[in-house]
Amino acid sequence: MTPVSSKQYTDDVSLLMVLIDTNPLFWSSTATPFSFSKFLSQVLSFLNSIILLNQLNQVVVIATGFNSCDYIYDSSLGHGNLRAETLLQKLEEFVIKDEELNKQESVDGIGSSLLSGSLSMALCYIQRVFRSGSIHPQPRILCLHGSQDGPGQYVAIMNSIFSAQRSMVPIDSCVIGSQHSAFLQQASYITGGVYLKPQQLEGLFQYLTTVFATDLHSRNFLQLPKPVGVDFRASCFCHKNTIDMGYICSVCLSIFCKHHKKCSTCGSAFGQPQTSVSTSNQKRKAPDS
Amino acid sequence: MSKIPYYALIGYFAKELFFLKEFTLSIPPYKKRKELLRSLRKGMSNFGNGKGKPVTGDDDDDEDEGNERDLEAWERAYADERSWESLQEDESGLLRPIDNQALHHAQYRRRLRSLSSASAASRIQKGLIRYLYLVIDLSRAAGEMDLRPSRMVVVAKQVEAFIREFFDQNPLSQIGLISIKNGVAQCLTDLGGSPESHIKVLMGKLECAGDVMETIQKCKNSKIRCSVIGLSAELYICKYLCQETGGLYSVALDEAHLKELILEHAPPPPAIAEFAIANLIKMGFPQRAAEGVISICSCHKEAKFGGGYTCPRCKARVCELPTECRICGLTLVSSPHLARSYHHLFPVTPFDDVAPLIVPNQHRRPKTCFGCQQSLLNPGNIPGRCVTCPKCKQFFCLDCDIYIHESLHNCPGCESLRDSKSLS
Repeated sequence: MTPVSSKQYTDDVSLLMVLIDTNPLFWSSTATPFSFSKFLSQVLSFLNSIILLNQLNQVVVIATGFNSCDYIYDSSLGHGNLRAETLLQKLEEFVIKDEELNKQESVDGIGSSLLSGSLSMALCYIQRVFRSGSIHPQPRILCLHGSQDGPGQYVAIMNSIFSAQRSMVPIDSCVIGSQHSAFLQQASYITGGVYLKPQQLEGLFQYLTTVFATDLHSRNFLQLPKPVGVDFRASCFCHKNTIDMGYICSVCLSIFCKHHKKCSTCGSAFGQPQTSVSTSNQKRKAPDS
Repeated sequence: MSKIPYYALIGYFAKELFFLKEFTLSIPPYKKRKELLRSLRKGMSNFGNGKGKPVTGDDDDDEDEGNERDLEAWERAYADERSWESLQEDESGLLRPIDNQALHHAQYRRRLRSLSSASAASRIQKGLIRYLYLVIDLSRAAGEMDLRPSRMVVVAKQVEAFIREFFDQNPLSQIGLISIKNGVAQCLTDLGGSPESHIKVLMGKLECAGDVMETIQKCKNSKIRCSVIGLSAELYICKYLCQETGGLYSVALDEAHLKELILEHAPPPPAIAEFAIANLIKMGFPQRAAEGVISICSCHKEAKFGGGYTCPRCKARVCELPTECRICGLTLVSSPHLARSYHHLFPVTPFDDVAPLIVPNQHRRPKTCFGCQQSLLNPGNIPGRCVTCPKCKQFFCLDCDIYIHESLHNCPGCESLRDSKSLS
């Protein structure tokens, strides 16, 4: 954990980056307890209440789709009172575009949405706010996520988490799916955010306002949900499986789920520690798979 | 004048290495960072106490007069000075200085290109587990005041930053500190009996005596990479040492340059091929238990409240990571610690510069940066400078370019496209 010199913020003005999961496969699955429109109406009320809390508060919404990610709302652009209309219109455009991009015929399960992309975009936006001057709102990221983790995004998500940690941006996560998300648990744990999996999704608005609406300064005075444990499982590089026990290459620290003859990342051949230099060199020259 | 028997120092390392070469991985001292910093400060204050009058440099240091003189020929090799690049022709054909941001960005691009060309080979083995000894010159020359307030203070500050950065980038590595003073090398902190593959020598002034050449050969044979950052004039022997052992030799021109040079050593260097004997080590990634759960800890053999990690194989509870499970012997590590270094393995491809179009082509070119939504147009709707990712063809502003390559290590464009994921 790198200690970063504390930044001089204005006290209680927040910049809230909301990442909405729009994965159609998740929202259409039968396991989802409530519809996307119900979800949206609760989230919209939540966004309105954030903006009501402080005149200077800023809200940016990024849609995390199945095939792409995009900004769908930015309160600093000024839409007057047409907040919901602008957001819904952009969201609709996004969903249509996301569908057009779809190339896969069928996906087993509910698939994963591109959390790594929307996290990276949110962090880029936050860096722009940091660049804007010494006085700027306190940024935080809120992931409203339902799809399961995409193990292929493991490295990218971890990179985003560490970058957020370095710039002291907490990643809050509210899991609306049926399973816990190991990635978001790690993200919130490492960046000092709140991880919450609401029991009753009908009351999502209450969960959002009580847990995620307060600015970072006031958080110190609240009794926020304690983490229920953190799942530190990683993805292996060979089959993208999520594993809790694996083999680590001693040269490049790649993770594999079973024993390989050769590291697919750095190309070093694995053998006994005492193997002579010449044999390991010969092995390395062999063409890789 | 300080005379440091350089060879003695290196001989010391080489000897260590012979004993301990079999180690490929040992448990890293995360806790050690604080200890390191503390002992670094202690070492510095020792210096202050031991030598009450460190300042009076009584010899040939006139060359260190600093800012007024021109750069020497050898200095120019290090200075990133290209005066022609600081001028720019504007629309009316007049020369004017380029604005600072563009200059800054150009420097960064050059650095990035040189880095990526160095690792142009598709697969480069990087020694991610490093054992590094930092050798700091605390001789009287370190009290020189050509850097304010003194060389030593400046170096100490930078070393502190370096240690932080080092552990951030090399999570499983180990570092040790050695000071050299009055010709005696003294270990400030130990690695705890691990071999060292890299030595970086920070020094103020060095005069060599004895058979250094032999020691350099020893270093080379035992695959110790030596890098030197000098604070005064370039020395042939240091340069030779670095060349022979595959390290980097550089001389700092001023404080900012020194900082840059030191931090250059934080990312892992390519592994020396013959030395990289690879192993697959079985490890577990334990889950962190929920707050408020009571369980019996296997390391202290008593009931503990909250926290703790559960071994994935035998479900025993351990208090801290990394460790070896007391029950089943599995090596337990925290997976985020491993993941911290993965960006070295999968670097983001450098972005291509986009030529500023004379006629703004509205179709091909988006108006905002894909990452941060900042406008890519300069005032007056003239297209500003921007870059594009060769893979996903999204446009980014220069600030995002730097942030993406230096801190984020993800291309937001590639990450938000499903098909580009299947390629990588």
